[in-house]
Amino acid sequence: MEHYSMNLNLKVWRQQNAAAKGGFKLYRVENISSEMSFLEMFDVLNEQLVHAGEDPITFDHDCREGICGACSMHINGKPHGPWYANTTCQLHMRAFKDGDTIVVEPWRANAFPVIKDLMVDRSAFDRIIQAGGYVSVNTGNAVDGNAIPIPKNNADEAFAAAMCIGCGACVAACKNSSAMLFVGAKVSHLALLPQGDPERGSRVVNMLAQMDKEGFGACTNTGACEAACPKEISLSNIARLNKEYLAASFVDNK
Amino acid sequence: MTWKQVFTSSVGKKLVMGFTGIFLILFLIIHVGLNACIWAGDNGVMFTQAAHFMGGNWVPRVLEIGLFAGLLLHIIQGYMLSFSNQSKRSQGYAVDFGNRGSKWYSRSMGLLGTIILLFLVVHISDFWLPNRVSQGFLLGPEINLFDKMRVEFSELWVVILYVLGCLSLGYHLAHGFQSAFRTIGVHNKKYNTLLSTIGYAFAIIVPLAFAMMPVSFYLGWV
Repeated sequence: MEHYSMNLNLKVWRQQNAAAKGGFKLYRVENISSEMSFLEMFDVLNEQLVHAGEDPITFDHDCREGICGACSMHINGKPHGPWYANTTCQLHMRAFKDGDTIVVEPWRANAFPVIKDLMVDRSAFDRIIQAGGYVSVNTGNAVDGNAIPIPKNNADEAFAAAMCIGCGACVAACKNSSAMLFVGAKVSHLALLPQGDPERGSRVVNMLAQMDKEGFGACTNTGACEAACPKEISLSNIARLNKEYLAASFVDNK
Repeated sequence: MTWKQVFTSSVGKKLVMGFTGIFLILFLIIHVGLNACIWAGDNGVMFTQAAHFMGGNWVPRVLEIGLFAGLLLHIIQGYMLSFSNQSKRSQGYAVDFGNRGSKWYSRSMGLLGTIILLFLVVHISDFWLPNRVSQGFLLGPEINLFDKMRVEFSELWVVILYVLGCLSLGYHLAHGFQSAFRTIGVHNKKYNTLLSTIGYAFAIIVPLAFAMMPVSFYLGWV
């Protein structure tokens, strides 16, 4: 596609801090290149704001190559913007036309409180991982990779689940603010592998208990999370979590 | 983990919804099957025998208690989950993801369920309640339900109400059928495709058959 420049109207959520009442503010950016990423367009806007002596817009970003899960904008009603299986940093301005008005909001969920502007606190995800999203091992000598046979299909499915970057788009997209796609992916990728097998029961129980404690909702299988996920995590991972939970709760002898 | 912990967790609550949902789906098969006897062309003889088997026999009558228990559990848990889920996002979006991410009826299970509940109140007071009152809630003489249907469904507004109730049931099942199986842990992609196909077929065929019953009486087909 040929390069073009555009002028845009931005309607951006501004909120001084978690306790403050936020609101939308209108901005205009001009001469934006279609080859810029969405975050670069925000960099341009922030430079404008700094030059004008205003407070720049706070937003999360890190790797800017779609693998860290830091960026988190809700753009025109969809987490990470209009493109499919895409992060905000990989969203390019060619997705928009000259004169467009773009509405940018933070992730909305009580479990993800706004820190400032478009930045939300996603440490709830860290605490869910701490509750069981790992394999306990006594590190001895490195074992030969081929010593533990793993069926190819399991390895592929485990890898597909492990693609989750923990960005929180699933929570942002879900009408219930449920974190089940995230937890489902983390439970699945370990449950599918022999290394994760010994702790599979306690893992799913503890991670789910933490998810509930953090204030995320329950899953109603609408599929909005899957549609918004930048890493195409399958909804089947949630069903696998349910199966793991059912098995753990019936087998557990406490 | 105690049973209390299991059934108060978000997945445990959903398991209750899934299992009771599948139980109610099974009941619908029996209900639609027995009611289809109205089309036997014998002026309600076969239907009356089927109705007598369900109402004048202790076994189905005891199972009926289980049906109401399952129904109540599904309704109460459904409302509690809906309200709890709604409370997880105090500040909504200015622009919503809406139909781009999910089907409207999958997001409206609470609303569809409420319409079905209101329909059920009317439906139960039309048929089940007068029959049980006549029986003294034991095994007393039953009323003729075929004649009762003919009287009830001679009113156009009643027919429209029943068709709307069946339409809500159809959309509720279109999501509920496959969602119930996902909730109880069916994750195999092969079965998911199968279940969604059966789910859509069930959601069309069963409510359509139910809706055709008042329509058939109104149009004089039976």
